[in-house]
Parts: sequence; C-alpha cells; structure tokens
Amino acid sequence: MSVMQPLRLARMCVVTSLGRGLNETLEALRSGRSGLAPCRFEGNELATYAGEIMGLDEMRMADGLGVFDCRNNRLAELALQQDGFLAAVADARDRLGATRIGLFLGTSTSGILEAEHAYRDRDRATGALPASFNYESTHNTFALAAFLQARLGLSGPALVVSCACASTAKAFGNASRMIAAGLCDAAVVGGADSLCLTTLHGFASLGLTSAAPCRPADATRDGISIGEAAGFVLLEKGPAQAGEVSLLGLGESNDAYHMSSPHPQGLGARLAIERALASAGMAAGQIDYVNLHGTATPVGDAAEDHAMFDVFGPGTPCSSTKGHTGHTLGAAGVVEAIVSALAIQHGFAPGSPNTGAVDAGFRSRYLLAPTEMKLRTVMSNSFGFGGTNCSLVLGAAA
Amino acid sequence: MRVYLEGIGVLGPGLAGWTAAKPVLAGEAAFVPGEVVLPPIAALPPAERRRTGGTVRLSVAVGLEALAQAGRAACDMATVFASSGGDGDTIHEILTVLATEQREISPTRFHNSVHNAPSGYWALACAATAPSTSLCGFDGSFATGLLDAAVQANIDARPVTLIAYDTPYPEPLRAARRVTGSFGVGLVLSPQDSGRSLATLDITLRHGNASGTVFDDTALDELRRGNPAARSLPLLVALARGGGRIGIEGIAGSLVEIDTVMA
Repeated sequence: MSVMQPLRLARMCVVTSLGRGLNETLEALRSGRSGLAPCRFEGNELATYAGEIMGLDEMRMADGLGVFDCRNNRLAELALQQDGFLAAVADARDRLGATRIGLFLGTSTSGILEAEHAYRDRDRATGALPASFNYESTHNTFALAAFLQARLGLSGPALVVSCACASTAKAFGNASRMIAAGLCDAAVVGGADSLCLTTLHGFASLGLTSAAPCRPADATRDGISIGEAAGFVLLEKGPAQAGEVSLLGLGESNDAYHMSSPHPQGLGARLAIERALASAGMAAGQIDYVNLHGTATPVGDAAEDHAMFDVFGPGTPCSSTKGHTGHTLGAAGVVEAIVSALAIQHGFAPGSPNTGAVDAGFRSRYLLAPTEMKLRTVMSNSFGFGGTNCSLVLGAAA
Repeated sequence: MRVYLEGIGVLGPGLAGWTAAKPVLAGEAAFVPGEVVLPPIAALPPAERRRTGGTVRLSVAVGLEALAQAGRAACDMATVFASSGGDGDTIHEILTVLATEQREISPTRFHNSVHNAPSGYWALACAATAPSTSLCGFDGSFATGLLDAAVQANIDARPVTLIAYDTPYPEPLRAARRVTGSFGVGLVLSPQDSGRSLATLDITLRHGNASGTVFDDTALDELRRGNPAARSLPLLVALARGGGRIGIEGIAGSLVEIDTVMA
C-alpha cells in the first residue's frame, strides 16, 4: 500500500453529551467530566446509562428543510452550527465550487427513530404507517447526506458509509481516495448517530449494556453506555498551517471471525492498525498516543489490548474516551478523530472517567487520568459489528 | 477513470446468473420476470447459514459468481457493498417488536439489522480480511458504489469487487418505500489489464441533471426504476450487446457515465 497524501483538518465541529462545540468538549476532556446519566430516553425502562444530548426536541430545522426533520438530522444540524463550521464550508464552496466538495458521511441507524414512532402509530384497522412518515428523508441511511447536501449547498460526490460503529472513521478513507482521484478538492467528512430504541434494546438483547456508567479497561467492566453525537470535519489538500492537524494515514480490515464479537486476539484490529501505519509511512514507535475503541465490553477491550500490545508494546500511552461520551456508535469515528486532534493541539492525552483499576491482564499503557504531554502523532481506533475495523493516524503540522 | 472488468454476477427477476441473463439483455431471448431464488451460502457453517436473510444470500451469490468468472480468490479481495435499504424484513421485525410493551428484540435480528451485515457474512464465508465497506446512496446506490469501487481500485492499486443489492420491503414499510423484486449485481474491477478482462470501463462523473439511459422495453425499464441495484441494468445491457456509452443517475442530479469497450 502506498503512503497517503496528508489532508488538513481545516475546520471541525462536534456535539456530544459533553457539550456543544470544541471548547466544551475540550473542557470536559481536561477535567475528566463524563456526559453519562441514567437513561430516560423515550420512557426507557432498561437499567442503563446514556450520553443523551438535551435540547434536540425543541430544535427546528432551517427554512425549507422541514422534510428532513428527525432527531438524527437535528443532531447533525446542531453540530453544523458549532465552531464556525457553516461559514468555513461556505468559504470553501466559494473558493472551490459546489461540485468540487465531496460529502462522505457515516451513520448506523440514521433516522430510524421516526420509523419506530410510525410503527407505534400504525392504523389499528389497516396496519398502515401514518402518512406523515417520510422514509426517504429521515429513515433511509442516505437521508443524512441528502440533508447536508441541501443544508450546505454541496453537489460533489456524496455517500453514506454504514459500517456500524466504524462508519465515520471509514468515511475518512472514502474522502481521501476521492480527493486523490481528483473527483473533488475538499470534503466534508463525519456524521451523526442519535438515540433510538433499536440500539438501546439491541445492545441490551446481546447483554452488552452496563447498568452503570461504562468503565473501559476496568477489571470489572461489564458493557457499554450508548451515547449520541454528531461531528464534522472539513478536509482540504495542502500543507497544514501552524496549529492545524492533518489526517496522515488510514487502515481498514475485517475480522472474518464473528458478526457481533471481535477476534479474541484482536487480529482484525491489528491488521487495521498495521495498515494505518503503512498508509502513514510510519513505524509504531512514532505514535505518541492511541485513542482506543474501548467500549467497555469484557471481550472487546481485551481483544483490543491484545492487538495494541502486539503492535506497540508496553510503552505507548492509550485510553478510551467512551467513559466521557458513551459509545456514540456510527459517530464514534469522527468524534474520536476530533478528540485526537484536540489532544494534539492542546498537548494532553485524555483519561478514562469511571474506570477504577485497569484489568490486571492488560499489557498496554492505559491512562486513567488526563495527562499533559506533547503529542505529535496520534492513532484513533474504531471497530464495529460485522467485524469491520478502521484506524486513523492524525498528526501535527510539520 | 478507467477500470478493467474481470467478472460479472447478476441475480434478479428473469435474470438468474450472467450466462442465462446475457442473451436476455442482448435482446436475443425474451425477458420473463419471475420469482428470484436466493441460494443458501454453502461456505458458511450451518448455524451461521440459518441466520442469513435474503440480502446476505443475494449479495454473496452475485459476488461469488463474479469472482468465479474473474478467477480470483475472495479472501484477499477488497469489497464495496452498495444498497439503499439494507434488510427490510429484519428491520420490520425489529420495529414491530419495539412497538409492543415488551420491546424485547432478538439479538441475532439486531446484529443482522446493520447495513454492513452482508459484508460481515461475506467475510465469514470467504475468510476475507481485506478492507470492505458498505455504502448507501438511496436510488443512486449503484452509481455511488461503482464510483467508490473504481476510485479504490485505482488509488489503492488493487482489484475491488462491487456488490450492489436491494430486496423489497414488506408492508407496511413497502407503502413508504417501494422496491421491486430482488436484484443483485457483482462486478470485479481491476486497475490494470490482467489479460482476463472482459471489458474496459471508462467512468466519468458529471453534474447538472443530465438524464441517464432508459429502456424501450417497458418491463425491463420498470425493473431498472424499481430497484436501486437494478439501476446497473444499462451497464449490463451494454456489456451483453458488445459495448457502448451509457449513463446511470447518481445522487443530487449527478450522472455516472460509462464508456464500455469489450476486450
């Protein structure tokens, strides 16, 4: 595999249960604050915590875009409103042209919550869904991209990656290849995943949710806490400016082991990590910190630790930030790419709120508390159902 | 952007495999739409085989047919899966249960509901650890997948198998999203001429509401319009008839134009 051409993260925006925008996110990461709370979403009765975003119910879509109205697109809209992102995209559109900016997004469940409501409101006599249900612009997986095309005025290549919890990490790969092929000059990459009963009850059915706030890498970890989030990055060609972070490499693989359980020795994860290093033209020793997938399932965290130790040995600092945000599913890739970029820009490695003592069987150097350190190059891991794996390498300007 | 086509797989109403479909698409045999038989996946262990739904059986069948024609192994082959709707039967089952008091959904149904379930089962069936992605472009899903697969083949300098598929949604979802028949297509695309290629495809992305290729044959055009994966039919017809230039509508008024020259 050849070394990829670095791409600037020219602008970033994010919303998680930690707050709105980069500043609130940064403050939470540095202070060790968690956004998890007992889950009350949609009258939920499962004993679980969630990283819920408040205020979405009161939101309104922009004029003329009411057809896209659903929790997932509202969440995307809320993220777009942060951090000067709309203005940065408008500026790029003026410079490059609407057809020259690609849209490479990810989501796992898109607006399925609308379909959940529609099924609850089926006509008692005929079984029909209410006429107000708009499948195409809410429930369909592409609805997120259709909304952003309209909202941002972009008409370049567009797609939605739906590879479960690796979706928005993998979308960086589609973007970098499309830019390398000359089909666009810049790209908006990211996505949104919002709370819904499908994932709350789905993960519970597999026994993968914790009754407490999730505790990645903890000896007593017993499952995930689901979070919702949206984040977007404007990727551009050219040398990074002072203080900017670039995407340097990306590796993808499949476990070919099981639909919902990782390879116990983390072989698929290791392949993605190694391919990301090769794509960045780097050795493992050049990575200063790794933001783990680390969802706090007993099997998943152990498999990732295996892969990490095999590649990096005992010295490279690593942590999962799922204890801050919860597992934001399809949005986790872009959220954690942004967390990694903040860590590089502000000189610290995030910690792991709620984690008490690290599993005695783990061999990687797991950070419990946020730690000041100069970071030049960071890796971020995202893995998902179907055995899909993706690792990103992000670095400071040279 | 050029790719070399090395293998074709197809499964749809009246189109049971490329060998049987070719004379139909060439206009030498009548198009008689019928029930689509989705074969079980022999390469999966019985327990896993029982868990696979229609989208998985459809996508694996057309992918394996294309690879067999290309004479390439599946295990180190990168894949791009493209579908508008995923597994509608599974989504319907989950939504039905979530509308009840109990909300207790089946764990197997849940992991089968992810858009990348066919990619996951493909990896299990073929021991494929290569990169694999699963995309959605609504009605433009085939054009989206083709563009992404061709780009990946050229930029990563490796063959890529594109698998596009869609199956009908059951009621009541069907009233909100109508998909006609089950249709799947598999294409093995290589960045170089390996000597085994069937055709060269020169692919251009155009903007500005250009119109795609349509058929005079009403039944065939109905299938093309009715299933996002069947939007590939103009390309398959060109391949069956010895080449030509066709256009397939993508998203937001884009058009993927394909110049097809047989080897």
